Amino acid sequence: MKYKDYYQTLGVERNASADDIKKAYRKLAHKYHPDVSKEPNAKDKFQEVGEAYETLKNPEKRAAYDQLGSGYQSGQDFRPPPGWETQFAHGGGGQQSFEDVDLADLFAGLVGRGAHAGKFPIPGQDFEVTAQITLEQATRGTELDINLSVSEYDETGVPRRVPRMFKARIAKGASEGQRLRLPGKGGKGVNGGRDGDLRLNIKLAPHPLFRPDGHELYVDLTLAPWEAVLGASVEVPILEGTVRLKVPAGTRAGQKLRLAGRGLPKPRGGAGDLYAIVQIVVPTHPSEHEKELYRKLAEETTFDPRSHFKEVVK
Amino acid sequence: MNIEIYQAEWFDEHQQFSLAELADLSGMPEADLRQLIEYAAIVPVDPDKVEAMFGAECLVTARKAQRLRSDFDLDASSLVLALSLLERISELEKRLQALGAQFPKIHR
Repeated sequence: MKYKDYYQTLGVERNASADDIKKAYRKLAHKYHPDVSKEPNAKDKFQEVGEAYETLKNPEKRAAYDQLGSGYQSGQDFRPPPGWETQFAHGGGGQQSFEDVDLADLFAGLVGRGAHAGKFPIPGQDFEVTAQITLEQATRGTELDINLSVSEYDETGVPRRVPRMFKARIAKGASEGQRLRLPGKGGKGVNGGRDGDLRLNIKLAPHPLFRPDGHELYVDLTLAPWEAVLGASVEVPILEGTVRLKVPAGTRAGQKLRLAGRGLPKPRGGAGDLYAIVQIVVPTHPSEHEKELYRKLAEETTFDPRSHFKEVVK
Repeated sequence: MNIEIYQAEWFDEHQQFSLAELADLSGMPEADLRQLIEYAAIVPVDPDKVEAMFGAECLVTARKAQRLRSDFDLDASSLVLALSLLERISELEKRLQALGAQFPKIHR
């Protein structure tokens, strides 16, 4: 079993009062709560903080934790002192193995002792995982490797960490923030309680060309000035290949050209649209001849790109 | 090693839950859920029906409410305030993402 220094996690002394522990928890909870925090690793940090507080806020659990000793470093392998399990843990007595036991599960079980020993159904733990997939995977569907470490009670009533590996098949049609569910694939229920669910929150990985908004996709379509003025037929990338797009003459920068049904597929059929956003780009190193042509154009044209200024500023 | 493959289900607006299912799946007692309904933080699909049914978004809200309540010891009105502010932030983030998607990058 690995030691965790719950006092250090909360940033309090070992002799901190219950009030100090609560204040320290509140401060860290505001900082790391996954529903409100944008800190990197907020979810993991909050889990550590919550686990520490769950144990230290309860006088019985805190006493049991303090009896484990204080001379360990976080992450260090250790065994509870002789007799500890008889005094605090799952009744049973006798010599118990603490291998594969997570400290959090052990302390969760301290209060759950009565419930576990009795026949109250306890639902299994729900897991929530953020799954990052590419736009291509969202388009075709994909399979994700899932590795969970779930808590299960052994025959002596000790909660043990059990690895669970499987694949989750995601049908095509996922979009940013989409939620999926694998019923019963979380932690095992106890005493007839339902098995927990695994919930997947989809996050789309950034793509070098396409930017998603729901099932719509946006791509920048760069045009040369003469293509925008005269119109053109240009090749535009889509998620699975390319298509030709007719750019009408007189196309302006910022205009959105719609390619219907070329966005991300939807779960129940159909697909979003792809929008090509026009940008006019100019050659950064024109040749002397090109410059000459532009000068001629400048001399001959009557086009005034800033005429709207004159309408306002007289 | 033989790895099993399971089909993930879409969790979307087509799913509906009874109040009891909402309580079971969110971990929030029915009495507390009723308070959220009273404050309109959770709204049944058809409020006039005798047995209220709730859309999948209500389950997301109920789970969030349960986490916030147990992690911050919030009472019902504080919880509803926190939920409504988080909802507004989420809407603004969505709009920001939509604008970001439509905003062209600089190409040279």
